[in-house]
Amino acid sequence: MPEIEVKDVSLVYDTPMGRVVGVQNANFVLEKSQFLCLLGPSGCGKSTLLNIIAGFLTPTTGQILIGGKPVRGQGTDRGVVFQDFAQLFPWRTALGNVAFGLEMKGVPKAEREEIALKQLELVKLAKFANSYPHHLSGGMQQRVAIARALAYNPAVLLMDEPFAALDAMTRDDMQRLLADVWKETGKTIVYVTHNVAEAVYLGDRVIVMTPHPGTVKAEIPITLQRPREALSVQFLDQQKHLLSQLGQHAEAA
Amino acid sequence: MTFSLSPDQFRSLWRGALSLCLIAALYETIARSGYFPTVLMPPIPVVASTFWTVMTDGTMIHHAASTLYRVLIGFGMAVVVGIPLGILMARYQRVENFVLPLASALMPIPSLAWVPVFILWFGLGNTVSILVVFYAATFPMLLNTWSGVRSVNPLWLRAAGAMGANENALFWKVIIPGASPFIITGVRQAFLRAWIAVVGAEALAASDWGLGWVIFDAKEFLNADLMLASLAVIGIIGFAFERLVFGTLERQTVLRWGMVKAAKG
Repeated sequence: MPEIEVKDVSLVYDTPMGRVVGVQNANFVLEKSQFLCLLGPSGCGKSTLLNIIAGFLTPTTGQILIGGKPVRGQGTDRGVVFQDFAQLFPWRTALGNVAFGLEMKGVPKAEREEIALKQLELVKLAKFANSYPHHLSGGMQQRVAIARALAYNPAVLLMDEPFAALDAMTRDDMQRLLADVWKETGKTIVYVTHNVAEAVYLGDRVIVMTPHPGTVKAEIPITLQRPREALSVQFLDQQKHLLSQLGQHAEAA
Repeated sequence: MTFSLSPDQFRSLWRGALSLCLIAALYETIARSGYFPTVLMPPIPVVASTFWTVMTDGTMIHHAASTLYRVLIGFGMAVVVGIPLGILMARYQRVENFVLPLASALMPIPSLAWVPVFILWFGLGNTVSILVVFYAATFPMLLNTWSGVRSVNPLWLRAAGAMGANENALFWKVIIPGASPFIITGVRQAFLRAWIAVVGAEALAASDWGLGWVIFDAKEFLNADLMLASLAVIGIIGFAFERLVFGTLERQTVLRWGMVKAAKG
């Protein structure tokens, strides 16, 4: 059974300016432990689609199945990481943030802190377990957010441009780290990005979306061997291919 | 918790003392200039000696304790009512629709205007003062909490919801801490309003004990030194609460969490 099924999902907004189609008739399935990137320019509906999968938005038509069960609102079978660093709770330490989901599940304090510390080790932040978010850099905060979304062991990890607000060097480090985390945990990941190189570096498959209305334009498998080398000829070829699908010139890379 | 002073705290204490000394010197100059009769504007040593007398014979302690009791009960009630009601207003449209017009209509009525009404209903004594304090302190508590909850980052609610937080957990573990900078401001303003209200209420409705009562009673006997000594006691108590209670509360919470910036020291 596929881990995620997106079936004929559309979302239409009623705005004061009339009806706006956010996502039009999206269809795809994702197998367990696959890494899927949703790639497209802003306004293409990729974040909207992610929010539908997360259960924050209800589709106008169609449905989402996670592990064969239809999605109705939020659920702990999915972990979510947002772009904004402010997603962490400032009043909780890194450890307290990561333990939150387990606390909601009713896991006893000692046990949940042990699990949370393991998750922080996974993102290489065990040393900062007792730091408050405002003492951490943007990249560190996003790593805490990843650990937090993994700690209560959801089947699926949903990530909405988590590294888009980071500087380029930190972003490269974070991509490597995420690839490692994914390899270690075997999570099924849906990752939204507008960055072509990022999609090629991380994804098993890339779904290219185009705006007005938000439509799935193409689905491209990335078969490059991991760990991937961002300067290899094959890597650059894949980038060119994706850019042409996006309707942009290869030079734009 | 320790009360040892860091160099920063010492500097801030020093600056505070300096500004107080300047004001005191200014007062002393005017008091000794002969512009007002000395009975009406006694020099600081006279006030200090009266202060010492009433402190050591225990009367001032009794007055202060009576006032503090009224303030703390009324203020406590305002906190217990204002915070939950403010949260409910921000979370539920129907509560807001009901409470907001009521608050808008009641808020402009000065708390002291209720004193005669309350005296008719409850007679002279503690009840009137406590109710007036409660009335004065509730609105800042309510409105600040209401604003605070509305300014809680929606991302925190989404993240908490995604992690399986139910309505109860959202309330205690996300909304209250998330709104805490506003709630703490509300608590401070409420306490301030409570003091303003209690002094007036005691002047009109208290009998025999209370700082407000003693000030207005002293006027009848031209005891300017006693009035000023009582005012000093109010200032000292207010200062102590602001620094020790609210300052500590702020340092242990929103400052530590980086949700507000420290005042430039």
